[in-house]
Amino acid sequence: MAQFTRFAGLSMLGLMLGSAALAQGYPERQITMVVPFSAGGPTDTVARLVAEKMSESLGQQIIVENVGGAGGTLGAGRVASAEADGYTVLLHHIGMATSATLYRSLAYDTLNAFDYVGLVTEVPMTLVARKDFEPADMAAFVSYVKENADSITLANAGIGAASHLCGMLFMQALDAPIVTVPYKGTGPAMTDLLGGQVDIMCDQTTNTSEQVRGGTIKAYAVTTPERLEIFPDLPTVAEAGLPGMEVAIWHGIYAPKGTPPEAIEKLSAALQAALADEGVAAKMADLGTAPSPAEDATPQALQAKLESEIDRWKPVIEAAGVYAD
Amino acid sequence: MDLFSNLALGFSTAATPANLFFCLIGALLGTLVGVLPGIGVTATIAMLLPITFQLEPVSSLIMLAGIYYGAQYGGSTTAILINLPGESSSAVTAIDGYQMARNGKAGTALAIAALGSFFAGTFATLLVAIFAPPLTIIALKFGAAEYFSLMLLGLVSAIALAHGSVPKALAMVVLGLLLGLVGTDIYTGTPRFNFGITNFADGLNFVALAVGVFGIAEILRNLEDERSRKVITSQVGSLFPSREDLRKMLAPMMRGTVLGSALGVLPGGGAILASFAAYTVEKRLSKEPHTFGKGAVAGVAGPESANNAGAQTSFIPLLTLGIPANPVMALMVGAMIIQGIVPGPNVASEQPALFWGVIASMWIGNLMLVILNLPLIGLWVRLLKVPYFVLFPIILAFCSIGVYSVNSNVFDLYSVAMFGLLGYVLIKLRCEPAPLLLGFVLGPLLEENLRRAMILGRGDPMVFVTRPISATLLALTVVVLIVVLLPSVRAKREEVFVED
Repeated sequence: MAQFTRFAGLSMLGLMLGSAALAQGYPERQITMVVPFSAGGPTDTVARLVAEKMSESLGQQIIVENVGGAGGTLGAGRVASAEADGYTVLLHHIGMATSATLYRSLAYDTLNAFDYVGLVTEVPMTLVARKDFEPADMAAFVSYVKENADSITLANAGIGAASHLCGMLFMQALDAPIVTVPYKGTGPAMTDLLGGQVDIMCDQTTNTSEQVRGGTIKAYAVTTPERLEIFPDLPTVAEAGLPGMEVAIWHGIYAPKGTPPEAIEKLSAALQAALADEGVAAKMADLGTAPSPAEDATPQALQAKLESEIDRWKPVIEAAGVYAD
Repeated sequence: MDLFSNLALGFSTAATPANLFFCLIGALLGTLVGVLPGIGVTATIAMLLPITFQLEPVSSLIMLAGIYYGAQYGGSTTAILINLPGESSSAVTAIDGYQMARNGKAGTALAIAALGSFFAGTFATLLVAIFAPPLTIIALKFGAAEYFSLMLLGLVSAIALAHGSVPKALAMVVLGLLLGLVGTDIYTGTPRFNFGITNFADGLNFVALAVGVFGIAEILRNLEDERSRKVITSQVGSLFPSREDLRKMLAPMMRGTVLGSALGVLPGGGAILASFAAYTVEKRLSKEPHTFGKGAVAGVAGPESANNAGAQTSFIPLLTLGIPANPVMALMVGAMIIQGIVPGPNVASEQPALFWGVIASMWIGNLMLVILNLPLIGLWVRLLKVPYFVLFPIILAFCSIGVYSVNSNVFDLYSVAMFGLLGYVLIKLRCEPAPLLLGFVLGPLLEENLRRAMILGRGDPMVFVTRPISATLLALTVVVLIVVLLPSVRAKREEVFVED
């Protein structure tokens, strides 16, 4: 089937080439957006949401291709070595910055292998617990966790996952080592939290908001600088005295180093247009997130974000002493 | 009655012309995907996702669900005809189904598989409709300790009741376990047995292993002898099961359905066990265990019913909790989110038309599938008459496309070739691939849950016996072991092996 789509793509390409002399410049054929995670996951969902709208303004179809594996580094490596013609791009999340430290031998040089298109969205995270977890509010939660650090368990979706990163920050902010229980993905981790097999977790609102609303788990705080519209009653981590715990799972679009500036410009413009779309905003709101503002959906903003995030996570990961290879 | 009004709402949603159409499309596509070896449901659904954006949420879910259970019907087709299972569940069907085909009973085997699947689908759909919430509560009681004990029971029964030589079966399970260890350790991030190759970071590819060890190996074996290319039997025999066959399939079908329904509810890979477990149970209960592995009707009916029942009930965690039980379910979550419905515990109460519509469509889809598949049997069986010089290259091409489509990774194709060779060597050594596959699938789960249970229990191994469900499962494991070690049973079993 993949072959068929590609075949269809190629025949479309043939048609396009016929009229290439007339159509001035990029893009003249379909663009592949590599998502370095499996289809159906939160990153894939974000990619498909924006890819559909970006296709409209570019006038060419953007095909999402899932190249999962090795914490997103396989897909990123694929794009790093792809032809820099603007027809292959990468949508990756915060893992782009953390894998620079988590993986000691990467096939690509994170800071020098890519050109930048822009930030897409920053998904907030929530501190949650099983529904019968004792503490009533965030203040009680913090002191309870500190006192009972030995007997509490903290779930995460595997090394390098958003929940793992947030969990590391949480332990660092509290200066309390908590027994960490890794799972293979968010699904099984959330299942055990629902079943009361583990105590707490810190995960993206994408995964937690509906469970919290349904009363199957309990939420204590959000990791954003401001309170969230979907959880007006939840304090921010800064309000709870843990400012170091602010974290968001930011997503960005990259292209291989050396992509023509015109292509980057058009991609950025298309990204900004997609993010300004009401339908995209509404669907992101359902997930407890929001499109990045236009000034962040730019190459400069993404580059600055990546650089600062690599610097931020390096000491955190090194202190935890956890590596993925 | 709440149930009746709910089901009425469901059927009125699912039976609109548009939704019936998408249900049919889904079932058809699923059958096709299942029949084409190697092309997985996950890849198909991933590719169809963009199309579903344009549909109503209910219609798109009905279609995607149709693809999923349609593939369960179709998957057994190639397993039976050419010994090529596309999914772990149909690997078990291949054992006796392929033998039936070689005995000229391909049509019968296909009909048994379709009828068994339909019965299981109907029963399991009802179960989903009536018992989804209470079953969810039970499923949530399954923690790491329970999963470990369940997997242990599965493995022990598989070894104890393997057909053929026990040392060889044991060796195959262990080889499977070892292959399952390849990849990054999820607890420490330490790479294991990857020889520095990044492509091994997430372990070996299951589809590549199954396609290589079963399909490619079978082709190689057939190519080595000009005269006896028995992969394709020209003699087809009767298409429909005889009264005798129907009588033989009834009990296994029911047992398989119950077993599959129960295991399918567990979100942590319980469904994987369903068809293996059903096969083991049938062989144990059979009055003529020596026919197993040589074309036993019960060896097809039991596992086929179990895997279809499991496929239906694996919707339960998704529908009641919003938790995907497998990669296909994860894709459906993605499809729902893009449609603006975030899956979670509220879907049933806030979107009753969607919730009950999907459930009702499952039954309609199963009915369509059986109506669709029975006449198709004649067509599938004619596939066997395609000359090998046409069939083999086609099989190879489809396998390669299918395996590649999962991760768009060329490396996976090398894996297929490598496992094909391994499978060929195994055939030469007269070792069976099914226990290897079971070890490969269960090994990582066994380890993952053992270590998680130990972490949660602070290193105290007593967690396995102090938790009642886990203790019960362990007790059952011991019973299985004792039964096997009892002299009388052993004598009986050795009798069975003589023929090998």
